[in-house]
Amino acid sequence: MSAREMAIATAAGPSRLNRVVIYGLLLIFAAMYLLPLFVMLTTSFKSLDEIRGGDILALPADPTIQPWLRAWGSACIGVTCDGIKGYFWNSIKMVVPAVLISTALGALNGYVLTKWRFRGHKLVFGLMLFACFIPFQSVLIPMARVLGQLGLSNTTAGLVLVHVVYGIGFTTLFFRNYYEAFPTELIHSAQMDGAGFFTIFRRILLPSSAPIIVVCVIYQFTNIWNDFLFGVSFASGESAPMTVALNNLVASSTGVKEYNVDMAAAVIAALPTLIVYVVAGRYFMRGLMAGAVKG
Amino acid sequence: MATTSPGALRRLQDWLPRLVLAPSFALVLVFVYGFIVWTAVLSMSTSRILPVYKWAGFDAYERLFAQPNWWMALKNLAIFGSLYIIVCIALGLFLAILLDQRIRIEGVLRPIYLYPMALSFVVTGTAWKWFLNPGMGFQNTVRGWGWESFTFDWLVRPDMAIYTVAIAGIWQASGFVMAMFLAGLRGIDSEMLKAATVDGASTFTIYRRIVIPLLRPAFLSAVIVLAHMAIKSYDLVIALTGGGPGNATELPSTFMYSYTFTRSQMAVGSASAMIMLMGIAAIMVPYLYSELREEKR
Repeated sequence: MSAREMAIATAAGPSRLNRVVIYGLLLIFAAMYLLPLFVMLTTSFKSLDEIRGGDILALPADPTIQPWLRAWGSACIGVTCDGIKGYFWNSIKMVVPAVLISTALGALNGYVLTKWRFRGHKLVFGLMLFACFIPFQSVLIPMARVLGQLGLSNTTAGLVLVHVVYGIGFTTLFFRNYYEAFPTELIHSAQMDGAGFFTIFRRILLPSSAPIIVVCVIYQFTNIWNDFLFGVSFASGESAPMTVALNNLVASSTGVKEYNVDMAAAVIAALPTLIVYVVAGRYFMRGLMAGAVKG
Repeated sequence: MATTSPGALRRLQDWLPRLVLAPSFALVLVFVYGFIVWTAVLSMSTSRILPVYKWAGFDAYERLFAQPNWWMALKNLAIFGSLYIIVCIALGLFLAILLDQRIRIEGVLRPIYLYPMALSFVVTGTAWKWFLNPGMGFQNTVRGWGWESFTFDWLVRPDMAIYTVAIAGIWQASGFVMAMFLAGLRGIDSEMLKAATVDGASTFTIYRRIVIPLLRPAFLSAVIVLAHMAIKSYDLVIALTGGGPGNATELPSTFMYSYTFTRSQMAVGSASAMIMLMGIAAIMVPYLYSELREEKR
């Protein structure tokens, strides 16, 4: 194409055809991203007979909530057949304290690392930051030993400890980057007025921290809820979190394979984070970006 | 500064910030760096089912690299990792550019591309395992439409199973990469693009010559984030293929777990964990270092 032809093509502006192609592509991709969720949902409302009959893309002909009830209350995981409800509560009991503690620590750390700097603050932060990215395989064996010695193997408390320890890096990162932009003059003038460390934090920084607290809580909630490696390594029995139970349910090879129950359990496992995503997707996104693009 | 406070109180005030930070920092030092050293020690011991602190030098590393299974894991990581990074970036960039064309329903589409990122890898693996099930999944459905010979049985084929892991991984992360590029695109000065349009450059040329080079930081972030996620991938493989068929989708992460906890080869497992850590460190340390240095300005 000559330069002149190109100029003409551009001068004509984005043609109607172009727009149709762009929208078409975007919608096709949207359908592809939604497909697995669609298949999960429809399968979870089908009877096993209908599933064996075949069309994975078809809507349930005769919708039933039986698979959901079985997944929640009576599906067999390991040797017990009480469904996933116990594991769901395990996850809740693990997530809530772990998120609250790691967020509180992160807020205080971020405050110290920006407004009360000391020699070597950068090194301290760097070491905490790198800790976020290590492959957890490199701490798995010692952690298992220490949890055993503390009597915390196979307990929810043990998992809370693990998630707090390995979550601090990210929560500190969030608050540090947020407080970095906070005017230091305000802190100085409060100090002049005799306000102390905690008073300044409580009265000046905390009231304007709502957005970053939401970001941090959502990020931690999603990460901890979705964790599998720590769960399977340190709490694989009765105190296993939801993700581990789901995997055990799906991987079990005894009896008839109930795909509809598997899918219902998968949706239940996905639901808490999906709801948070639908309600507060913006904040989830901000957390992801802050984790990816530092500084 | 707080010159009005009495001496003792002032000293406390001076130390308080460090005291507040100390517990967190101590936890990180012990549970991260201390444990890494501990794992390194184990990797140079004779440990099998339980930790034994008997020096064995690099014996475990030699045994590790003599394992065909470990080479399989490395090869799979290379296939999975490169596909994951390249396709996620290509797809993410493509979608971001399309979405940047003043699309009216952007607010609806963006969350749809991104929601897989909110799901657990176990859920993703479970969903794709069902969808790709040759007997009752997608293959069966297409055959039901009348295309009797249609075959998509990668999930159960040792030579192709690793590609299903890549497909599921790309499905999950590409929307996130799209969002990173979209943020980059939104940061580009539109005056510059207008000037280029006036000069007669085609849309394609503008993107190739001006926009994409300006997205360099987004590319760098995407590669780093994806590479680090690829090395750490564990749950997805476990849920989707369980490392199989056979050892066809073994990755370093699954290798480490099975050698340490089920095959009672703790020293070899620790050695593989150290190799994974070195891989991550090679990517992350220079990146974090440059990010933190830049802050000085």
